[in-house]
Amino acid sequence: MMNLHLYMAQRISALVMAPLTLGHIAVMIYAVQGGLSAEEILGRTQGSVFWFLFYGSFVVAVSVHAAIGLRVIVHEHTGLRGAGLAAFTWGTGGLLLLMGARAVHAVTAGGAS
Amino acid sequence: MPEEAEKLEVSVWRGGADGAYETFQVPAYENQTILDVVSWIQQYADPTLTYRFACRVGMCGSCAMMVNGRPRWTCRTHIRTVVQDGAVQVGPLRNLPVIKDLAADMDPFFDKWVAAGGVHSPSATRHDPMEAIDPQETDRAEASAGIECINCSVCYAACDTVAGNPDYLGPAALQRAWTLYNDAKHDDRVNILDAVSGNGGCHNCHSMGSCTVYCPNELDPMSAIAGLKRETTRNFFRKRR
Repeated sequence: MMNLHLYMAQRISALVMAPLTLGHIAVMIYAVQGGLSAEEILGRTQGSVFWFLFYGSFVVAVSVHAAIGLRVIVHEHTGLRGAGLAAFTWGTGGLLLLMGARAVHAVTAGGAS
Repeated sequence: MPEEAEKLEVSVWRGGADGAYETFQVPAYENQTILDVVSWIQQYADPTLTYRFACRVGMCGSCAMMVNGRPRWTCRTHIRTVVQDGAVQVGPLRNLPVIKDLAADMDPFFDKWVAAGGVHSPSATRHDPMEAIDPQETDRAEASAGIECINCSVCYAACDTVAGNPDYLGPAALQRAWTLYNDAKHDDRVNILDAVSGNGGCHNCHSMGSCTVYCPNELDPMSAIAGLKRETTRNFFRKRR
């Protein structure tokens, strides 16, 4: 149950996620090798517009990408369609967005020294 | 006819969707196709057995069936290549409604062929001069790659995406759409992209490749569908209408 618009949304969100994932892994390696503590990391991310946009756009891309992917799996394996399938897609996307937004908020909001 | 050697144990689907397999003992011969075996049952064991065939030489696409769970053109598949411990199972094509025994209802298959924009719409009338087409040209080569499809529905029966998503147009219909999209003599090329972009369109394909693996004519519907995905994507950015 995939049309051109869902396909484009999933492919474009994948394009967004790919460099952000690589950036995240690079930062993780840097942070671990540099011996940064959680407190020091938070000290750099909290209040940072850059890290808010970095992880914020990642969370949006994940929410779109995963919701569409799970929609296809659920449709093909359970036969769910119509309003039920739309509710599942939006519900999954919304839940992921909410959970991701909480994490982004915790890492980047307030607390800047 | 060569001398009869031994018996084959042939399980054949009987009845409609809620039917069951019935086993027949069929004489095994040195040179024998699956269609020969099915025909023997119908002629010598049970005349009520229903199945479909026409040309017997791999041209018409009528005789496709599931053989040991895999879709095959039965007139061109030698029994020796599929028999396991002297037994073989023959059923109606997967992903299509069963009419009776080995005859599947092909209507959904052909309806999707039309829904994918598969009906040719000429770009010129008989009064216009004939357009010269270079057979080496890229578009023409793409179109030519798919024109040997015999509509046997083997790819459709092999497709797991069709099995999970009955709205999906399927490999044969989409390959036909790709063929016409690349045909300079087709008048309705952009509408093909719209026809294959809906909920059952080419974007549902997971590129598992069963269509290309099982196509008896060794065509490549998976690549044709990839071509449609590529062109619909280009068109998406180009027009944004």
